[in-house]
Amino acid sequence: MARSNLVDMQAEPLPAATGTLVEIKDVHYEVGGRAIFSGLNLSIPRGRITAIMGPSGTGKTTLMRLITGQIKPTRGQVLFDGINVSTLKLGDLYKLRMRMGMLFQNGALLTDRNVFENVAFPLREHTKLPNELIRHIVLTKLQAVGLRGAAGLEVPELSGGMARRVALARAMATDPELLIYDEPFTGLDPISMGMIVRLVRQMNYALGITSIVVSHDVEELSILADMSYIIASGKVVASGSFVELKDHPSEIVNQFMNGLADGPVAFHYPAPDYFEQLLSRKA
Amino acid sequence: MSQLREVTDNIREFVRIVGAMVLFLLRILGQVPRLVMRPVLVIEQIYNTGALSLVIIMTCGLFIGMVIGLQFYDILARFGSEEAVGVGAALGLLKELGPVVTALLFAGRAGTALASEIGLMRATDQISAMEIMAVDPIYRVVAPRFIGGVIAMPLLAAIFIGIGLFGTQLIAVQQLGVEANSFWSQMRGSVHIDDVSDGIIKSCVFGVACSLIAVYEGYTAIPTAEGVGRATTRTVVTSAVLILILDYMLTAVML
Repeated sequence: MARSNLVDMQAEPLPAATGTLVEIKDVHYEVGGRAIFSGLNLSIPRGRITAIMGPSGTGKTTLMRLITGQIKPTRGQVLFDGINVSTLKLGDLYKLRMRMGMLFQNGALLTDRNVFENVAFPLREHTKLPNELIRHIVLTKLQAVGLRGAAGLEVPELSGGMARRVALARAMATDPELLIYDEPFTGLDPISMGMIVRLVRQMNYALGITSIVVSHDVEELSILADMSYIIASGKVVASGSFVELKDHPSEIVNQFMNGLADGPVAFHYPAPDYFEQLLSRKA
Repeated sequence: MSQLREVTDNIREFVRIVGAMVLFLLRILGQVPRLVMRPVLVIEQIYNTGALSLVIIMTCGLFIGMVIGLQFYDILARFGSEEAVGVGAALGLLKELGPVVTALLFAGRAGTALASEIGLMRATDQISAMEIMAVDPIYRVVAPRFIGGVIAMPLLAAIFIGIGLFGTQLIAVQQLGVEANSFWSQMRGSVHIDDVSDGIIKSCVFGVACSLIAVYEGYTAIPTAEGVGRATTRTVVTSAVLILILDYMLTAVML
């Protein structure tokens, strides 16, 4: 998709936001004694596309796992529509997850069934709809992502971009309120990337849902997101519109937004003295 | 001192794994009432673990039965009791070889398939995707495979024993000239219902052990190619050792 078209898309008027859907309050999270988050605070406005950005290894995917309740914070609260996700019992958590959808980086399609059955899967599991109605819903969702013609294909026959579009159709099958996209642009060619950008935007505003896009593709997010958070060192280091982030005074934000190889996020991983290590026999 | 610590660490790890497996089994059993409402999920897995293992089970059963025919004939002929080949084969297959060899083959064929399938589902985020879709993977993936395996194992053992007896008869009666009537009548006269129930109990216990190890190893596999490979290997090794230990314990109780 031409960049001008994407920019035009961004210029479309936005519906008014109505409050906050997800709120992260003073979240701390540790793995093996290493702090991933230390006092993370952020809010995801309802009906908007929010980007979560940051250098690799800052815990962007971990944040998504906290929101979906796959892991629990060491301290702090993760609120979805005012409900504390981390204190829910498994049954209640599953009920809450019916209101969420997630697009995994690799699509995470079920490899033992074809495209149609993948999209039909959540409907068959959660509803007692007749087959004919399920067929209509699945074909509608596949039509929305442009893959109605691929309904009979097996998962290994799909390209990376197609797999992600099928996964998007599956995530949309139960009409969730929140859609989470984990690195949706990674490894895609420009055409597939353009398709995904367009779909995320269209889905969000046509269906009135809330979207969280986790990525480090600054250019795509600048077109797509209504607001962005940059996470580094376990905290939010900057937030706001893309224009605000571009002019942000923080060094780390400047390094990230402009793709500088060295800066607060060092090029070199911490290591002993180079000369001494070359002379010693240790690896 | 460090060796003592190593021993205690190993014991603690062993207890941890056994505890985790018991809890995992309870989680699986908790899904049984829901699965009763959707038997098709279990039937699918009986086909995958049972029907797809039939060729290997039948081939091995035939050859083991034929070997028993040759060996027993050679030994019994020394005492002039060739007609007792059928009895020896029937008791050996029913009480020992049938359940044990079937379980070892089951662990190698179906157990590895279960562990690697579930492990790969975890490595490719399919398990996480189900969790996000509010579908419990224990209910949808693990429990049907476990129950399918538990049901398939005694059925496979029965087929193994039947084919094994056919193989023994093929060698003893058709090839070595043992009188057919004596072969079958002595077998009928000496094999009791207790002998059959011993075999059924053993194959059910082995079915639970093999299926539980396979689904547990797959579900807890480290989500990498190496992790799935290790889980698959552990499934075969642990199952084989456990089958032989359980076989001794069950035999000691049953005799």
